[in-house]
Amino acid sequence: MSTGVAILEVRDFRIRRGGAEVLNLPSIAVAPGETLALIGPNGAGKSTLLLGLSGIEPPSAGELLFRGARVPAGAAALDYRRRVAMVFQEPLLFDTTVFENVATGLRLRRFPKEELGRRVAESLERFRIGHLAGRSARTLSGGEAQRASIARAMAVAPEILLLDEPFAALDPPAREALLEDLAHTLHETGTTTVFATHDRAEAQRLADRVAVLDCGRLRQIGTAEEVLRRPADSFVASFVGVENLLPVTLTAAGEGGAFIGRLEGGKSVAGIAAPDCALLAVGGAAPGMRVGSEGLICVRPEDVVVAAGGTGAAPDGENRLQGLVAAVVPQGPFLKVSIDCGLRVVAAVSGHVARAHALEPGSAVTVVLRPADLYVIPRG
Amino acid sequence: MELIWQGIREAFGLIFGFDAEIWRISLLSLRISGTATFISLLLGVSAGTALALTRFPGRRVLVSLVNTGMGLPPVVVGLFVSIFLWRNGPLGALGLLYTPTAMIIAQSVIATPIVTGISLAAVQQLPPKLRLQILALGATRWQMVRLLLREARLPLLAAVMAGFGGVISEVGASIMVGGNIKGSTRVLTTATVMETGRGNFDVAIALSVILLLLTFAVNYLLTRIQQAERPR
Repeated sequence: MSTGVAILEVRDFRIRRGGAEVLNLPSIAVAPGETLALIGPNGAGKSTLLLGLSGIEPPSAGELLFRGARVPAGAAALDYRRRVAMVFQEPLLFDTTVFENVATGLRLRRFPKEELGRRVAESLERFRIGHLAGRSARTLSGGEAQRASIARAMAVAPEILLLDEPFAALDPPAREALLEDLAHTLHETGTTTVFATHDRAEAQRLADRVAVLDCGRLRQIGTAEEVLRRPADSFVASFVGVENLLPVTLTAAGEGGAFIGRLEGGKSVAGIAAPDCALLAVGGAAPGMRVGSEGLICVRPEDVVVAAGGTGAAPDGENRLQGLVAAVVPQGPFLKVSIDCGLRVVAAVSGHVARAHALEPGSAVTVVLRPADLYVIPRG
Repeated sequence: MELIWQGIREAFGLIFGFDAEIWRISLLSLRISGTATFISLLLGVSAGTALALTRFPGRRVLVSLVNTGMGLPPVVVGLFVSIFLWRNGPLGALGLLYTPTAMIIAQSVIATPIVTGISLAAVQQLPPKLRLQILALGATRWQMVRLLLREARLPLLAAVMAGFGGVISEVGASIMVGGNIKGSTRVLTTATVMETGRGNFDVAIALSVILLLLTFAVNYLLTRIQQAERPR
């Protein structure tokens, strides 16, 4: 990300609360029109960063830049704050009508009556709550209330929209419907957006890039594809759902960043040799990894192919491991299949595949791993 | 019982007979307590909001003092206001003792902690993130305070009622700093005390009934405003 085009940027950005540093970010820049997702566990600093970006909570050190200009602290930040809107996990509606709620930001900016009415109506329609305009905000359902809250933020046509887990309290159908309308609105208006979420599916769906935070530090930032398939470390890997972290020692370098690695720490299982001697081709490794390095192979469960029988018909160049199915557990739309190959490998397969290959505990299978899906990160 | 009925009949006779003295006393009660309530609102809502929204060392002690002040005995207030306004007191030169102004001062001192305490609770019971949400909608600090007060309007009206109720019914301070001077500082409560002392129970009952009706009328009006505000 070139800093020249960033609409929003933090540099050496630190926030202290109660004597403890809760946020310490060297640099994050957001391009105009970009959607950046902040993911991380509770207490990672996502909400704190959003409050910092909103101009409400000034940093204890470092700076916040809007289009390259430093955002001042205190009352002088008002001009910047009025270009930004923020939505919280709770709808936080006022005890008045839906119309008046959505009009609040415009009233604070002293919009003339007609323009205000037009903008409110537009925002209400955008989030499909026009029919609720005259209702008291207290009578809304959770989904309707959060729609009103987002409509209120979008009514001021913010240059930057900040969302703090706006879907977390909604039931799945309400969440799905709102997610779709929001994605559509963001696409249509091109509003620069930073949103915090627990849910990596939301991040994948809405975000151009994903930033992973932990304990107030930035662990990784990149496209959803990069973060999900080439995590920076084992923390990021486990947070983004890389369930397979297989210990490996790199033994030879290939072309284009590829390596050959030897699996470690396995043990033999019922008639299958320990995979200690198994050599795997891996498509890539984290910067700094070289021949002799010890690392962990990251493979997403959905990238693990399972075939029935001891001899999988995989094309040359693909890695094959023999194993026995240890458990099959439903997980969302997939079945999670644990396979004991001496090391435990987890695969996510569709019900159709599971039936076709008669995957059940005890069945012998071949695990196929494409080198391009394997990425090695440092241990620890 | 007969005495009470007689008193009630007397009260209606005095009210609807347009007894000039009774009307003057009633209107003076309303004016003094109304003004004191208004002053206590200006001071109390500001102080309560400031206490609710800020954090500083000693805040807890201050909040405890306010809460204690909500039960301030009127005679203690009367005593100290008297001392201040006494001819040789710090504010003696103003010559305010035994005037309606002195009564307004004393009643404001009584009502302000009540209004402060309830305003503090009213603003504090709002969701903590509401402040952030209002700021995030582009509010200045003053706009934020205004929106918070609008959001707390129902309990704030309760503060008005409690403040007014506290001072309209108060007698100790009024008699000490006002002196119950006929035509000048005699109000419903002080007149009731006097008439009871004289054994004129029927008049005392009549004054009490008027006091109750007046308090009811004011609170009914405020309650109407409060409940009409409630969105359907």
